[in-house]
Amino acid sequence: MKDRVLFRPGHTACAGCGQSLAARLVLEAAGPNTIVTNNTGCLEVFSTKYPESAWGVPWIHSLFENAAAVASGIESALVYLGKKEGINVIAQAGDGGTADIGLQALSGMWERGHDILYCCYDNEAYMNTGIQRSGLTPFNSATTTSPAGTQSFGNIRPKKPMPEIALAHGIPYVATASAGFGQDLQRKVKKAFSIKGPKYLQIHVPCPLGWRHEPNLTLQVAKCAVETGLYPLIEFEGGVLVSRRQITPKPVEEYLKMQGRFKHLLNAPEEIKKIQEIADNNIKKYGLKVENTTTTEKS
Amino acid sequence: MKEFLEGSRTVAETVKRCKPGVISAYPITPQTHIVEELAQMVANGELGSSFVNVESEHSAASVVLGGAAAGVRSYTATSSQGLLLMGEVIFNIAGLRLPLVLTCANRSVSAPINIWNDQQDSISLRDAGWIQLYAESLQEIVDFHLMAYRLSEDKSVMLPVMVCMDGFILTHGMETVDMPEQDQVDKFLPPYKPLYKLDPAEPLTMGLLADPDYYMETRFAIQETLKEVIRIIPKVSEEFKSVFGRDYKDCLIEEYFTKDASKVIVAMGSVCGTIKEVVDQMRQKGKKVGLLKIISFRPFPYIQVYQALKNVAQVAVLDKAVSLGAISPLAVEIKATFCGKKKAPKVISSFVAGLGGRDITSDSVKEIFRKLTQQECAQEFIDLKPELLTEEYEG
Repeated sequence: MKDRVLFRPGHTACAGCGQSLAARLVLEAAGPNTIVTNNTGCLEVFSTKYPESAWGVPWIHSLFENAAAVASGIESALVYLGKKEGINVIAQAGDGGTADIGLQALSGMWERGHDILYCCYDNEAYMNTGIQRSGLTPFNSATTTSPAGTQSFGNIRPKKPMPEIALAHGIPYVATASAGFGQDLQRKVKKAFSIKGPKYLQIHVPCPLGWRHEPNLTLQVAKCAVETGLYPLIEFEGGVLVSRRQITPKPVEEYLKMQGRFKHLLNAPEEIKKIQEIADNNIKKYGLKVENTTTTEKS
Repeated sequence: MKEFLEGSRTVAETVKRCKPGVISAYPITPQTHIVEELAQMVANGELGSSFVNVESEHSAASVVLGGAAAGVRSYTATSSQGLLLMGEVIFNIAGLRLPLVLTCANRSVSAPINIWNDQQDSISLRDAGWIQLYAESLQEIVDFHLMAYRLSEDKSVMLPVMVCMDGFILTHGMETVDMPEQDQVDKFLPPYKPLYKLDPAEPLTMGLLADPDYYMETRFAIQETLKEVIRIIPKVSEEFKSVFGRDYKDCLIEEYFTKDASKVIVAMGSVCGTIKEVVDQMRQKGKKVGLLKIISFRPFPYIQVYQALKNVAQVAVLDKAVSLGAISPLAVEIKATFCGKKKAPKVISSFVAGLGGRDITSDSVKEIFRKLTQQECAQEFIDLKPELLTEEYEG
């Protein structure tokens, strides 16, 4: 069992897919004694096209919005069997399956206190169906259903504050992570499984197709989102902020210009300013800015 | 042991004896008493199940799906809007070939909102791949639930079963029922041993994407299994009889004075009790009338229905649901049974009654027999109030 590959190569994810990278890192950190439930979405489609499966752990896909509820049933069954100890349960989904259609089931899972880690792979739109906007699509991002045009700069709303919604449920562990910071991601998965109860981990995963960047830039794009303050890496235990990745903030323009989804903003400085304000608010709110230039990380 | 019990209590007492490991439900009238009773049993330590209170029926169905996938016997109950909200999970459970038992406390569907009984909810999910059994009495409720778990967990079946009971009429009605002893139930229903389960020791992927090269065979396989279920239900019924003594024969249909009848009503559920009473009265007056009760609506027992009705001159089909814009659901099946057959009733008339809890009285049944003549009735609603139909909107 030690040599078992938990997430096998050969699946059909796009080149440079941040989600497949993050899913592998999550599972490797969780280990072989893990059961996974997966909402409908890219990850499910590219990893389990019959008769093949990339998964080396027990894995089930039911529907678009019910991974949290199916996981609740599995966890309850394990408790009934007296086999919960030593088995990790992960429910996972994309951002639409988490913040939109799956939010009710997820809220129920949190409120009931199941011992489950919920992982949201946040690529900031419905990529599986062709880049439609979700509740986690960032402000001014162009998607196929929030396109930029003469009367629009793209998505008109900021991201739904999912980590705060999770915190409001009073669950014991909430964190964000990024495909660009693999060690930090794996540390958080391990940390989460050291805590009993419901856990929420939201992982920023670039999608070269939807974000319109070269596949070889996935890690740079992911890192840049963190380094600008647009995707703060934060960690809460018992509702208390216990770590945040500190940065020497780069201007958001550096992040925006890497991606076609923000291309329409490059001649609209007023709009870029609004996005800079989002980053500045994050930096202030979570104290992301390094005071000492020799420190890049505090955790 | 014979006890005088409320219908919902009867279900809960039966489910308790089946020892499910996971129970999940969301409250909806008239299902609530069932899950309240089960919750109390868990609270009292009489039942060791994980009881999961969820935020919707969609999640209730998803939780028991997860429980069954983890290899544990699971149970849920719902009604009406709750069943419809479960809809996509209901299809999904059958597609995943997970054994499960769901009690449907049959209730009408909104709008207008109405909490009373008809069978529109479960009938609307007839194409989902579930076995559907309709009970007439509380004793049948006990016995069909026991058979439902046996059937569902049969390795050659592996499909979910919906036990349908008329809301209020059965859920809130009281009857004397013979509650089985635990050792009898244990003999009939051994602990669930899953064929497949989610287990880290033997990793398995469930719920894969099947493209056009593979999807169709999965549906065909369910269809073939359900054909086989027509042969398996009588075997389960036979075993049931050997343990509990009650004889449901093939447990697909029940014939009541059909052998020499010239007029027969076909119906499902609690209304069959009323029809039997009317048949008894009319038989005393020398009228050759009868009842054909359908127990298994899915799979539908075409051959058994054919044998039961082939020599009957006039058949009335009583539906407590409508397929709006088409022939009523049960009437469709009866007509399909005889399509292209040489021996067939001369008349198959369709009647709709009891929607939204309107009482189907013995007078209603007599009216159906009266209207069952040589003149075939395409579809008639019984006990309609014409005065409500002529009301005009005064804006």
